[in-house]
This record gives sequence, structure tokens and C-alpha cells, in this order.
Amino acid sequence: MADLLRTESLAKRFGGIVATDDLVLNIANGELHAVIGPNGAGKTTLIAQLSGQLAPDSGRIYFAGNDITAMPMYVRSALGLARSFQITSLFLDLSVLDNVALAVQAHTGHSFHFWHNARREPELRDPARAALARVGLSARADLPASALSHGEHRQLELAMALASKPRMLLLDEPMAGLGPQESARMVATLRDLKKELTILLVEHDMEAVFALADRITVLVYGRVIASGKPGDIRNNAQVRDAYLGEQEAVHA
Amino acid sequence: MNRALSLRTIVGIALLVALILLPVYVEVTGSRFLLTLFTRIVILAIAAVSLNFILGYGGMMSFGHAAYLGIGGYAVGILAFEGVTSGFVQWPVALLVSALFALVTGALSLRTRGVYFIMITLAFAQMTYYIVAGLARYGGDDGLTIQKRSQFIAPINLSNKVQFYYICLALLCASIYLIWRIVNSRFGLALQGARSNDTRMRAIGFPTYRYKLTGFVIAGTLCGLAGALIANHTDFVSPAMMYWTRSGDLIIMVVLGGMGSTFGPLFGAVALLVLEEVLSGITEYWQIILGPLLLLVVLFARGGIDGLLGKVRQR
Amino acid sequence: MTLFIEQCLNGLQFGLLLFLLAAGLTLVFGIMDLVNLAHGSLYMIGAYFAATFAAWTGSFVLGAVLALAATLVVGMAVEVIAMRRLYGRDHLDHVLATFGLILFFDELVRLIWGAGGMSLPLPSWLNTSVRVLPGFDYSAYKLSIIVVSLFVAAFLYFLVMRTRLGMLIRAGASNREMIGALGVNIKLLFTMVFGLGAALAGLAGLMQAPILTVQIGMGENILILAFVITVIGGIGSIRGAFLAAILVGFIDTLGRAYFTDLLRLAFTKETAATAAPALSSMLIYLLMAIVLVLRPEGLFPASSK
Repeated sequence: MADLLRTESLAKRFGGIVATDDLVLNIANGELHAVIGPNGAGKTTLIAQLSGQLAPDSGRIYFAGNDITAMPMYVRSALGLARSFQITSLFLDLSVLDNVALAVQAHTGHSFHFWHNARREPELRDPARAALARVGLSARADLPASALSHGEHRQLELAMALASKPRMLLLDEPMAGLGPQESARMVATLRDLKKELTILLVEHDMEAVFALADRITVLVYGRVIASGKPGDIRNNAQVRDAYLGEQEAVHA
Repeated sequence: MNRALSLRTIVGIALLVALILLPVYVEVTGSRFLLTLFTRIVILAIAAVSLNFILGYGGMMSFGHAAYLGIGGYAVGILAFEGVTSGFVQWPVALLVSALFALVTGALSLRTRGVYFIMITLAFAQMTYYIVAGLARYGGDDGLTIQKRSQFIAPINLSNKVQFYYICLALLCASIYLIWRIVNSRFGLALQGARSNDTRMRAIGFPTYRYKLTGFVIAGTLCGLAGALIANHTDFVSPAMMYWTRSGDLIIMVVLGGMGSTFGPLFGAVALLVLEEVLSGITEYWQIILGPLLLLVVLFARGGIDGLLGKVRQR
Repeated sequence: MTLFIEQCLNGLQFGLLLFLLAAGLTLVFGIMDLVNLAHGSLYMIGAYFAATFAAWTGSFVLGAVLALAATLVVGMAVEVIAMRRLYGRDHLDHVLATFGLILFFDELVRLIWGAGGMSLPLPSWLNTSVRVLPGFDYSAYKLSIIVVSLFVAAFLYFLVMRTRLGMLIRAGASNREMIGALGVNIKLLFTMVFGLGAALAGLAGLMQAPILTVQIGMGENILILAFVITVIGGIGSIRGAFLAAILVGFIDTLGRAYFTDLLRLAFTKETAATAAPALSSMLIYLLMAIVLVLRPEGLFPASSK
């Protein structure tokens, strides 16, 4: 199966700090690929480069056969690469439905329409409601986004990423700050989404990672130290030392 | 959303009705100066509507908006001076030059953010101020008197004060309606999204620059219209119209009235100019009160008049 | 040739005056993230105080010293009463609130001193010329402005680079949250920085009073230039403000001096006379626009200081 997303020798430094170091990543079409690593491993920097928020110092990124290394964010989004944010980045002063509808609007033609009330366009509102239903937020649709709880914000993040009907999702710690119930719901939603989308999942929640991932890549100091099936990763000694060791102790 | 009209909308419409009936009141009481005052208020309300569009809805704090008043005004003034008094030529020129100025300065300014954006819009406006002040032929610092108002075909006669007032009022109503429609359209929502969270907008696929620039041009053009009107109202134009402190006055109007609301700019223009009149009747040092008042509004009543009206009924 | 030297000295003098004004602005902006439009009002107050105190005491120098102290006090009072509530807020709020302060101060000055403006005459021992070069005399007062300003610049350099206070200032310019976390008395630091800025503005105002103007609205006119310099130099950077101010001072002065002659070649005397200052002002704004578009952090940003 062809890779949907792959990188070649991606590198990024911030002054003296190496955030991304000769990073090679291959994500197959249709898989859920998890990226894990200790704090400071450069996971968010990786997502920022894949989505176009940050430009890499060197290396290339390919998506669906296209070299997207130099493409701005909105072009990548149009190609079908959507991302969610680790730190909630929503339109807090607009309604929940407005938030998602904007994501739909971005992919439904241009926005140089000046006259008709966009809040009454079924073309925008229906897919938005559908995405909200997908993540279980239908009841909160008309509230201002600022009125939602943190867990609901994470769900809204996901709904917005979905609204653009992407081929691939870049999810940056969607479980961050969620309680057990909310986490379980998020895992269920992601398991459902797996069937139709390719997903790159950056996460700390190991239970979720091992429950969902088809393949896992481990990042330490911006470098890939291991990549493969979940079972192989769990048994990999290097990975244990660097990362899972502490986690296993906590879980036990 | 509640189907019933909110208090803000009711007050806004009531105010418009009062403005429509004003000339009748003037006729009855003979206080002609009220007509002059309110013509000025109506014209500046149009300018405030245009600024509220980019500032309140678009989040673009332009500190050079008075430049468009000057550009529109001087378009009329210069053409009139050179013998072209037809409004059919003057006003389109005013709109076109305003649009072009907004396009060029906006294209450059919008590549910056925050306080840098404020400074660069300020700088461009000051540049026009200095250019115009340097035009000796058109009066330079002293300004230019307009001998004849913009001529249209009969029965339109701008020299008739009542007629002129109604024309301005009609244009104000049209502006409020037009901006209201634009704000709720796809374009308007894109602009509001860019104000709310520009990075997110780009991440989900909006090329926000082009939408902000378009909004900027729309606002500049509308304000250019206000400039053409004010030139006709005062029969005079001068570089002082676009000095940066005048841009500050416009911003005060928008904030006082309530940023990002339909009737806010109207509330603000009426409040500020009526306040000026009333206070200057009490003391010639009325700005001593206005200054701290502005500070208090910023600190405690950020939503302006519209915001206060919105709080009256808690839903 | 001597005319050119004279204009260069004028440019330097004007530039240094602008530096005093811009230094306070950039400090306050860099450390407290506060956009203070009322900075020009402090400049104006300095001039008015100087004119008044000099008339009362009969001594120019005593008047100047008292004016400096008074402006410092006014500055700190403004910080405690008004500015404190603005920290951390949107820049738009700063602009609006300080714009309100401008209106307030303009009217207050008009109330106290009247609308007519004032004058501050030079004492005889300053109202002479000094032989700078053989065959070239320059105004002693303007020379003293240059000397005093350079001294203040050196003092600021020493303060910022060699003292604890300066270290806090530099740290604050690059990372505001950190200095709070370090246990520094932030309130006091901010009041002192604001006071310093006010004193610098007041000094600029009183120094230019004998040769330029003491009138209402003088603050607004020069404030823009100060902001432009802050932006060109890089917000929070004193060195940037210094270099940018000298640059702007030269462009403005030489522009006014030579554009008139240049334009007279092609246009009438009247056109040249009105267009020349316009052109040189435009040049400065154009420079700022270019800097903002190409290097928005300024030519000499604070982080490298």
C-alpha cells in the first residue's frame, strides 16, 4: 500500500536546540499511526511542520504524491490534510456551530459572497451539524464556544478537523486534560474515524495509543529511535529505557 | 437565537426614526443649528460604520481612517476648484481614489499585526496629510473653500439643507443595512473568524489576507463617501481633516458606541457629538471630562453603549 | 560647506532630542508592553513647567531642574492612577485610554496656562555662538543640547548595561513573565521605568522649548516621529532607538534644508517651500513602512542588545 504521507530527512533547529533531527516518517494510507515520545521530543514541532505552520530548515514532506514542503497551510488543508491543536485554538467568541461551519466553509468554494446569510446556508450548516453529531456535541451547538468545558473543547477541535472532509488527520494530543470517561469516548470516536481516514496521532495516553495504533513511531530529541507494530515497540529495549519504562511503572 | 427584537435593535431603530423626524422638529422649533449638527452626526456615523466594519468585526485597528475622509473631501474640493462640479464625476472619483489608496496601503499594512499595524496605518494617513498640506495650489495648510456643492440633476439640490440632510440619512441607512448584510454573509463570517483566531483560520484553509484586504478596501471606500459628503456639508476641506487625532475621534465613536455591533457606530457618533455640544455649553474645557470618560469606558464598559443595552435584559 | 556642517549638527541635535523622547517610549513598550500615546503630553508638560519655573525663579537652569523633577512626579502619578490598570490588556485598550489622557492633558494645560502658548527665553550666557571650527560658529545652546543628550544617552547605556536595575530592564524587555517569577517587585519596577520615561520626555520638552515651541498640541506632532523611531529601531531597544533617532533626525533636517533647493530647480518658490517639508516627512514614513514590511522586528531589535 502506498504511503499517504512521508518525510525525508526533516530537520529543524531553534537557535541551539535541535527540535527535529533527520526525521523519516512513513504513514500508509488508511492506517492510524501514533507518534510517541517524552516531553520535548519535538512532536508538536513535527505536526507544525507537517501542517505548514512552521517551515523546516531542510528535508521534504510528501502528501498523496505531492511535495508539500513549501505549501502554505491553507493549500495543504485544501489537499486534504487537516490538523487539530494541542492547545485549544478555537473561535471562542463565536458559537460552537459557527466554529465548525467555518471549517466547512473553508472547503466549500470561495468566500467572496457578500449578500446571503451564511448562517442559513444548508450547504454549510448541514455538514457542520453532522460533524458535531459525530463527536457528540449536538446539544451544545448554539452556545458560544467559550461556554464549553475543556473536554468539550477537545471534541470541538476534532469536529472542526473533520468538517473539512480531510483524507488525513494530524491530531496533536486530542486526549490532553481529559478525564477517564471523556477519554473513553474520544477513543471510541477515533476508532470509528479510523475506518474512513488516515490518522497521525501524537499522544501521551499509552492506553489509547496501544488500543488504536496500527503502527507506532517513537521520537526522542527530534529523532526516530524506533518504528513498527505496537507489539514490537512494546518489546523494544531502547524504547523501554527512553520512554515506556517510566510509563509502565506508573501503569503497574 | 431569540426571535424577539433585542433592546439594542429597538433603540437603534427608534433613533433612526427620530433622525427621520428631526427636520420636522427643526421646522417647528426653528433651531436650525440642530439640522447642521445632526447632518454632521449622520455623515460621521457613516464613517464610523465603515471603521466599525474593519475594527469591530474584522479586528483591524486602523489608526489612519480619517485619511479617507480627507481623500473623499479633497476629491470633491480639487475637482470643484478645477471647474468640475458635477457630482456624477466627483463622487465616483472620491470612491475610486479611496479604494485605490485602501488597496495599496492595505496590501502593505496587512502584512503586519497588532501595534505594528496600528503604526503603519497611522503613518500612511500622516503621509497623505503632509502631501495635501504641501499642495500650495489647493490651499496647503489653510485648506480649500468649495464654492459650489456637488451638482446632480434637478430636483436634487445639495444646497438645500433639508434635502441634503435626508440624502445623508438615506446613505447612512443604506450603509448600515449593507454592512449588516455583508457581516452575516460568508465573507463577513470569514472576516470575523480572522479576527477571532487568524492562525486557526489559515489552518482550516482560509487565505485570510485576501479577505482582510477586501474588507479594508470596502471600509475605505465607504469612508471616502463620507468624506465627499462632509466636504459638501462644510463647503471647505483642509489637511486637518486627516490629522491622526481625527482618526482617534473616529475610533472613540466606534468604541463608545460598541464595537462589532450593528447600531454601535450610530450610537457612538450621536453620543460623542451630542456630548461635545452639551459639554461645551457647560464649559469650554469639556475635553477634560471627555478624556477621563474615555478611560473609564475602556476600563469598565468595554462593550460601549450597545454592550450596556445588551446587558439590560439578561437571558 | 559650513552650511552643510551646520545642517549636520542640526540634524544631530534634532535626532538626539528625538532619542530622548523615543527612549522612554521604547522602554515602556518593551518592558510593560504598554502603548502610551500620552507620552507626548509629558513632553509638553516638561516644556510648560520649564517656562513657568524659569520665570518664577529667574534662572534657566533652576527652572529646568525643577521642571524635570515635576515631570517625573507627574509621570509616576499617571502610572499609579491610570497605567497600572492597563497592563496585560489589549493594545487597542492602551491606545484608547491614553488617547483619552491626551485630551485630558491638552485641556488641563489650556485651563492652567491658557491657549496662547508660552516662551522660554535663553539666558545670555547660553545665547551665544561657539567657534566649532575655524570660520564656523554654531549656537552654544544647540551645542549644549547635543552635549546633554549624549551624556544622558551614556547614562542610559550605563544604567541598562551595568546596573541591577538595567539588568531587570533588559530581562523584562525579552521576557516579561520571567522577571515576575524572579520575585522582583514588579509594581515598583514599572513605576520607576515609567517615571524614567516621563523624565526623558520632559527633558526633551524643556530643552527644545527655547528654540522650538511651548504650545498645546506640541506633543501630538512629535509623538508620531517618536513612535516611528521606536518601530524602526526595534521595540524595547535603546540602542535601536538611538540609531534610528539619529537617522531620522538627519533625514528630516537635511531633507528640509536641501529638498527646498532641489525642488526650486523645477518648481516655483512657493511650491518648493510647502512641498519640501512634506517630502522629508514622507521619506521618514516611507522608511518606517519599508522596515515594517521587510524587518518587522526593527533594525536593531532588543533581543540582540
